[in-house]
Amino acid sequence: MATAHVLEHTHTAGSFLGRYIFSQDHKVIGIQYFLTAMVMALVAGFLAIMMRLQLAFPNETWPLLEKLFPLGMEGGVMKPEFYLSLVTMHGTLMVFFVISFALVSGFGNFLIPLQIGARDMAYPFLNMLSYWTIVPACLLMIASFFVEGGAAAAGWTAYPPLSAVQNAVPGSGWGQTLWLLAMALFIVSFTMGGLNYVATILTHRTQGMSMMRLPLTIWTMFIAAILALLAFPALTAAAIMLLFDRHFGTSFFLPSGLYIGEQVLPHQGGTPLLWQHLFWFLGHPEVYVLLLPALGLTLDIIPAFTRKPVFGYRVTVTSLLVIAVLSLIVWGHHMFVSGMNPYLGEFFSIGTLLITLPSAAIGLNLIASLWGGSVRLTTPMLFALGVIALFGTGGLGGIFLGNAVSDVYLHDSYFVVGHFHFMIGGVTLFGIFAGTYYWFPKMFGRMMSERLGKIHFWLSLASFYGMFLGMHFLGLAGAPRRYYSFTQFSFLEPVVSLQLIVTISSFVFAAAQVIFLLNFFYSLKKGSKADKNPWNATTLEWTADSPPPHGNWNGEVPRVYRWPYEYSLPDAPQDFTPQTTPPAEAKVTM
Amino acid sequence: MINTQLAGALEPPWGGGVSPFAVSWQKLMMWLFIIGDALLFAGFLAGYGFVRLANPTWPNQFEVFHIEFIGLMTFVLITSSATMATAVGGAKVGNRQQVLRFLGLTILGGLAFLGMQVYEWSTLIGAGAGLTSNPWGVPQFGAAFFVITGFHGTHVFTGVLILTITAIRFVRGRTRFEGVELAGLYWHFVDLVWVFIFTLFYLI
Repeated sequence: MATAHVLEHTHTAGSFLGRYIFSQDHKVIGIQYFLTAMVMALVAGFLAIMMRLQLAFPNETWPLLEKLFPLGMEGGVMKPEFYLSLVTMHGTLMVFFVISFALVSGFGNFLIPLQIGARDMAYPFLNMLSYWTIVPACLLMIASFFVEGGAAAAGWTAYPPLSAVQNAVPGSGWGQTLWLLAMALFIVSFTMGGLNYVATILTHRTQGMSMMRLPLTIWTMFIAAILALLAFPALTAAAIMLLFDRHFGTSFFLPSGLYIGEQVLPHQGGTPLLWQHLFWFLGHPEVYVLLLPALGLTLDIIPAFTRKPVFGYRVTVTSLLVIAVLSLIVWGHHMFVSGMNPYLGEFFSIGTLLITLPSAAIGLNLIASLWGGSVRLTTPMLFALGVIALFGTGGLGGIFLGNAVSDVYLHDSYFVVGHFHFMIGGVTLFGIFAGTYYWFPKMFGRMMSERLGKIHFWLSLASFYGMFLGMHFLGLAGAPRRYYSFTQFSFLEPVVSLQLIVTISSFVFAAAQVIFLLNFFYSLKKGSKADKNPWNATTLEWTADSPPPHGNWNGEVPRVYRWPYEYSLPDAPQDFTPQTTPPAEAKVTM
Repeated sequence: MINTQLAGALEPPWGGGVSPFAVSWQKLMMWLFIIGDALLFAGFLAGYGFVRLANPTWPNQFEVFHIEFIGLMTFVLITSSATMATAVGGAKVGNRQQVLRFLGLTILGGLAFLGMQVYEWSTLIGAGAGLTSNPWGVPQFGAAFFVITGFHGTHVFTGVLILTITAIRFVRGRTRFEGVELAGLYWHFVDLVWVFIFTLFYLI
């Protein structure tokens, strides 16, 4: 920490390649992640649109899509196994290659040094390496659509035997192999990033920045990074065993008597349950790795537009820690129907319902942060309010799924799909948008269009509820997930029209994102210039230039005298008091 | 970091040494990595436990392995931890010769362990053991054995590489105390994991 202050900054301009491609500057790396996430979001979103087309119009043909996927869409008709590939890859890409990238890697890299008052991450070279490790991972994932058999089709959870037996479905061959390779690269990259985050936050804070003066964004990134470091090794171990099952004939996950392709497989003695345990030991904490930073960004954005401190800072930090600990011991609630001892199921149920308490505390703090404030409905604020709405709605559904009794009925239905889209689809995505509109001036030195931003918000919010609240009702009616057509089931006839509503909503949602992209790239070139602190906010990044130079601050790294939510102090000259304001000029509350 | 400041402001709560929390980011990162890597082994060992419980029978390890030989391997590896600690101690006081001598001994210990593991593997493979089948019982026995010991062996091999690189860097003056200490942390971790594997796979 000391060296960061003493060292005179010696960054040279460098070539284009050094500055923008193989950059070790945390801000450039953050933006690289961000743009990569944008590209992957387009791919994954396109997959979702194809799924929705199929579900709403199962009898139509799509000659155009046949040109892109000649095998999966032969004759313009979607093959069932291709639909499975779509489901699998949409999930994998969105969870790991879009939300993780944009939220954790993108905003994390960009904001951590800026908000804690550091010149850069602890280990800039490792940071660059982590980005360039995911580039081949992205390419492998996309390439897997065009190899023999098509992309992986075992779901984003990659359950054996579909993922373990090479000829189970077409996607179980090459597609699954590439999926595993890409995921391995992703885990390596995420581990490097996580190590860097924790080390930076603990050792590189500027003078006066105690842990209890950290902006909540940093707290959530810190906890998310620790969670990821603890949870991912289980998946790594499982993936290595899966590779052995696939390619070297072992039977970790394969039971005896498995009958595939009209012959009995030679495997014996393994159990697919092992995979499920190891996968969900990662999978459940992963949800919080994504969700918590979205809440952190929201908690940081709200005070800037209510002009009052965030409510219950200490309670929020405690709740975040409690959520993190609990999230590591409740993975079994994804496996209630996989067969487990009822007492064990009870343990997992109670643990899951316990998470409701700290989550509700955070939700309450979010709402109380609005109470009595002079609310300004700018685009970032609208999206932050959207996060609260989605967090509340999605959280309510979670109570039904965490309880083994109701989960046995709802498991693997569209209720689950709707629920997790609210949480790791909606809260996170709206958090990303809130963050983008809020920090865009800091990233690129220009403001985004408010008018387009508001259209983007209202269209997104309405269509989001149309899609995923609709899915909740489909699930209650009994519609199972991952089916590629629902026309053959008489018990689902009453809800056929809902499929259409969901599909139309998804089109509206996609159109709204086009507006966002237009806004983004238009503002990049033509947006009005932003000064250092366009939102009159208090955290450290707003004391740097927009965009900040390599090394973040010209001259000394700022010193911190107060917590990050000093708004509307009674005796202060302005209604916001930046963290760098010395106690002599305004009273320090925390 | 709070503690560095506190230590500076309030003076020594840590009478004889350095505050344990005032670590450099390098050491912190190594510790975090070790925790992650430990969990990776935990994943493997949990998987091994799972398949072992899922199978009604499991071979009697004392008939399969020469447990005295495995004990010797364990002894060699733990001894190498001791020599490593001596090397780190030398680096702390700046005793160049001690560092190099004991780093060399540690590398030798690691290589001896790897050699013995190669011998053990080839004996078992010669007896018909493999990933998919083995003469003593359920196929998972062989699979778990080769995957877990293979993964640990890879770690020992990586450790030997890291120690060699550290030694070269130390000779050239490109690393001092902390480089040796970090390599030592990793090496002790690899040894510690072996103790767990030895207990859980060979003994129980």
